[in-house]
Amino acid sequence: MKFERYGIGIAKGMALTFKHLFRPPITVQYPEQKLNVSRRIRGNELVWFQDKCTGCATCAKSCPQGNIAVVTHVGSENNYVVDKFEIDTGRCMFCGLCVEACPFDALAMGRSYERAQYRRRQLVLSKEELQLSEVRQPSGYARPKIEATLPKQSLLIYGGMKEGGQKLSWLGLSKKRGRGV
Amino acid sequence: MTLLEQFQLWLGSIWPGWAAYIVPAIVGIVIVIVFLLAMVIVFIWYERRLIGRFQIRLGPNRLGPEGIFQPIATTVKILLKEDIVPAKGDKVLHWLAPIIVFVPVLMVFAVVPFGERAILTDLNVGIVYVVAISSVSAVGIYTAGWASNNKYGLIAALRAIAQMVSYELPVVLAIVGVVLMAGSLSMTQIVASQNIPFLILQPLGFIIFFLGTVAEMNRSPFDLLEADSEIVAGYHIEYSGVKFAMFFLGEYGHTLAYSCIITTLFLSGWQGPLLPPIVWFLIKVFAVFSVIVWMRATLPRLRVDQLMAFAWKGLLPMAVINLFMVAAEVLWLSEFTPWLLVAVNFVFAGVLVLLWSRLFTLGGGRVEV
Repeated sequence: MKFERYGIGIAKGMALTFKHLFRPPITVQYPEQKLNVSRRIRGNELVWFQDKCTGCATCAKSCPQGNIAVVTHVGSENNYVVDKFEIDTGRCMFCGLCVEACPFDALAMGRSYERAQYRRRQLVLSKEELQLSEVRQPSGYARPKIEATLPKQSLLIYGGMKEGGQKLSWLGLSKKRGRGV
Repeated sequence: MTLLEQFQLWLGSIWPGWAAYIVPAIVGIVIVIVFLLAMVIVFIWYERRLIGRFQIRLGPNRLGPEGIFQPIATTVKILLKEDIVPAKGDKVLHWLAPIIVFVPVLMVFAVVPFGERAILTDLNVGIVYVVAISSVSAVGIYTAGWASNNKYGLIAALRAIAQMVSYELPVVLAIVGVVLMAGSLSMTQIVASQNIPFLILQPLGFIIFFLGTVAEMNRSPFDLLEADSEIVAGYHIEYSGVKFAMFFLGEYGHTLAYSCIITTLFLSGWQGPLLPPIVWFLIKVFAVFSVIVWMRATLPRLRVDQLMAFAWKGLLPMAVINLFMVAAEVLWLSEFTPWLLVAVNFVFAGVLVLLWSRLFTLGGGRVEV
């Protein structure tokens, strides 16, 4: 007697959805929880290294939009001293041409993808804002030297949980949460 | 004597007769409306969270603790929308339809026993009243589909009538089984007679009644009259604003009402150890509703012919056989221990479901119902 034909399919389906109740939810509640991103990602930001920059403005010439403004004066050792290095990220399309063009590896793409601002003026990043900081880390994109220093990582959600990977609670309930803005 | 009648008597000793008659009635109505609205809001939230968990999501969890205020935000959003009436629709019927849908749902709660004496009015024909009143909603749905002057609305309306007519029969026959065993039509009497819940005593009757009522409250997998993939939104396609909110409320109210009726008829209502009756009642109502949501999360929608075939070829003959079986048991086996009945009925239900599922098998070169 084949029970496949006696409505057992409905019972099987119901059992399957019932099992789903005990699986951790796939949902990532974005402002509070974030998935890991690869450190080799070409993120939506640029990192500028002041010590490496010679002020040659190759990046400014390579920019298809003309977003990069470089102003220099001649220093004491017959070099350029960078007075102003500004990138209008509001108009930038993150094509990465400036990074590829830089002969001294003084520009790199960053890892972050959260660079929205409330005012357009805030999108024009100055020399100080563009420098390396806690939140502004260079990615391995087009920079083999930087990439060699990055640790290996897993992006799997249910991965090893040590490096990379993200633990999702069974019922990701709202415990502590800011306003999200 | 119900609590409300007691209140009326007490009020009659201090107030004039007409006030003592009207005030308890208003109090009762307000209690029922508040209960309905509060429970509908909780139901909407509960269903969205639960269906989220079934689909490995979270569901709404932002507004308020665990997203409990999300239905309120939804309600406000719906109420603020513009009220649009189709140019060639029937204006009066279009306005009347949501009320016809909603009011019967409200009236069903008059005979739902929340506790031993916590019932609005203990009609001696309570369950007949429920069957009679709850069917009126179908008229409202038909009116809505007709008055909208919309082909999808009309298709949905016709489906609603067909569905209601088909599923009313097995549901009523399943109720007759319960009434035979309880020996009364009164809701409180039916609950009081369930020392063993009728779910265990009449499993087949429960299955028939449950599936029939799920079909009557137009929920998945029987939600043919608002099948979004076929007829957009069905009968409420031309409704917006407050009128749509009425339909929404009516739909969830219907579900709540039938969850209450199922609890009363088959899950021994407010009876239960330790906890107060109302808590037991709500626990059972939520359990029934969870199963309904579970079905919605699992089963795909039926085709129209499958729906009809399931009612006429599946549920109705089974309901008739179940009725005769229960009648025979009440007649000849009532003096034995009830556990004998339980065993007999479980075997009987299993055999009958197996036999009848033969009708609905696929294959044999014949791919249809």
